[in-house]
Amino acid sequence: MVRFEDVALRYGTGPEILKHISLQFDPGSYHFLVGASGAGKSSLLRMMYLAQHPSAGRVTLFGRDVTELSRPETALLRRRIGVVFQDFRLLDHLTARENVALPLQISGQAHGRSDKDVEELLTWVGLADHMDALPPTLSGGQQQRVAIARAVIGRPNLLLADEPTGNLDDRMAVRLLYLFEELNKIGTTVVIATHNESLVDRFPHPVTRLSGGAIAPSGEPAKTSAAGPAAVKSAAAVAGRENP
Amino acid sequence: MRRRRQAVPLDRDATGRYLPLLVAIMVYLAALALAGAMVASKLADRWDSGLSGALTVQLPAAGPATTAGAGGDPVAEQVVALLRDTPGVTAVERLDTRDIAALLEPWLGDAGLTAELPLPGLIAVTVDADQPPDLNALRRAVLAVAPGSLVDDHQRWLGHLLDLTWAIEAMAIVVVALVVLAAAIMVAFVTRMGLAAHEQAIEVLHLIGAQDSYVARQFQSHALSLGLRGGLIGLLCALPTLYLGRHLLQRIDSGLLPEMQLLPMEWSLLVLLPVASALVAMMTARITVLRTLARMP
Repeated sequence: MVRFEDVALRYGTGPEILKHISLQFDPGSYHFLVGASGAGKSSLLRMMYLAQHPSAGRVTLFGRDVTELSRPETALLRRRIGVVFQDFRLLDHLTARENVALPLQISGQAHGRSDKDVEELLTWVGLADHMDALPPTLSGGQQQRVAIARAVIGRPNLLLADEPTGNLDDRMAVRLLYLFEELNKIGTTVVIATHNESLVDRFPHPVTRLSGGAIAPSGEPAKTSAAGPAAVKSAAAVAGRENP
Repeated sequence: MRRRRQAVPLDRDATGRYLPLLVAIMVYLAALALAGAMVASKLADRWDSGLSGALTVQLPAAGPATTAGAGGDPVAEQVVALLRDTPGVTAVERLDTRDIAALLEPWLGDAGLTAELPLPGLIAVTVDADQPPDLNALRRAVLAVAPGSLVDDHQRWLGHLLDLTWAIEAMAIVVVALVVLAAAIMVAFVTRMGLAAHEQAIEVLHLIGAQDSYVARQFQSHALSLGLRGGLIGLLCALPTLYLGRHLLQRIDSGLLPEMQLLPMEWSLLVLLPVASALVAMMTARITVLRTLARMP
């Protein structure tokens, strides 16, 4: 599903943000990516959602080398990836309902069905009363939930979330992580970048630690995954790299 | 059913606010140029068809018009007879003094001066356009009967007039082409401004899987709407101007100028201008967006 082979990333002529990153997330696995601010979690995710190409090494997504994708192929691959951005990136002129429906609209799915799915999902994330609200009128937590709903509405194969619980209270944060688990159970590979280790501790999923742009060698060994053999295998791969 | 808003909020852009006005000016100019070309074309057709089958024989003046009556000139009678016997001539009409005076009236007025002037005799000849007579042989024959006479097939001045009308048509077509080019440049500029203004929204659309063509559709439908709106305004403004032009031409009351009456087909061409302006705007926006996005990483 996701494979990084000795990947490095630098922006322009600046210093390397990421270096010697090698990891593999198998289909159907669930991972946490932890590290302090500036450790490189967001940059790693940016490469996974094809916003950035590596400056060295090789990134493979769904079996395709990302540097060999044409623009139309990149767009089609992105439709298989749901992203919860740290800064939400909602379109302010569209209502919560329209923001969430956008991925379905872009992929050309029928209006009738998508409207029903959107309403169900917004209700599930507790925004039943705010479906027609514009993002600027919503609180940070509400915007984050709209962003999460937008990321999962298309039932992506790969879900990437950058600090998805940053603006949420503990109860809603746990609830959303369980939503991600539900998606994981039906086959979605989930990668969550967070600095909230207390939240991570509540879930038995492999953890990859980033420190100073590299995978931390002293990282905590991966935990046993409840998401099936694929996740266990993937966790072992990560643990193997973290503890050579 | 709820109407979906555009993913890129182009309708809020200040850059696009003046586009309909600019398109309206372009369509206004194009409508006038096109109407001018059509009138010039009709003028050329009219002169060409009206004079290509006609000759005028001009006989030297024998004396003041009062003494050169239509019926008493034996030379003129002989020329008329000669013309009637010539193969390829279908009609011969000798103009009498009153007819000639009427032709001169716009220049000399109706004060009776024509009666005191030596007026040439004029014979209007209609020829078979498919089998015209040998003009040189006819000239020689007429000169033999009436020395000093002139057989005019109007080709010299007709040629100059036709050249003029064709030049007017060509200039009108160039004006229309320039107007289309200017409109396209303008739409491309506004589209680039829109791309820059909505860079973040476009990036989000790309990140959630939008193809470049999806983004282009947002811009092209907006440009189509603005182009159509501007085109209709331009056409509506052009109609009173065309009406005024027609009114002024009618006031001239000259046999040389045709009535500025457009046929339904010609009107439909003018009505198509807003549609054409909308299509030009739409295609320009689409091409601009696709080319700009293709250059992005």
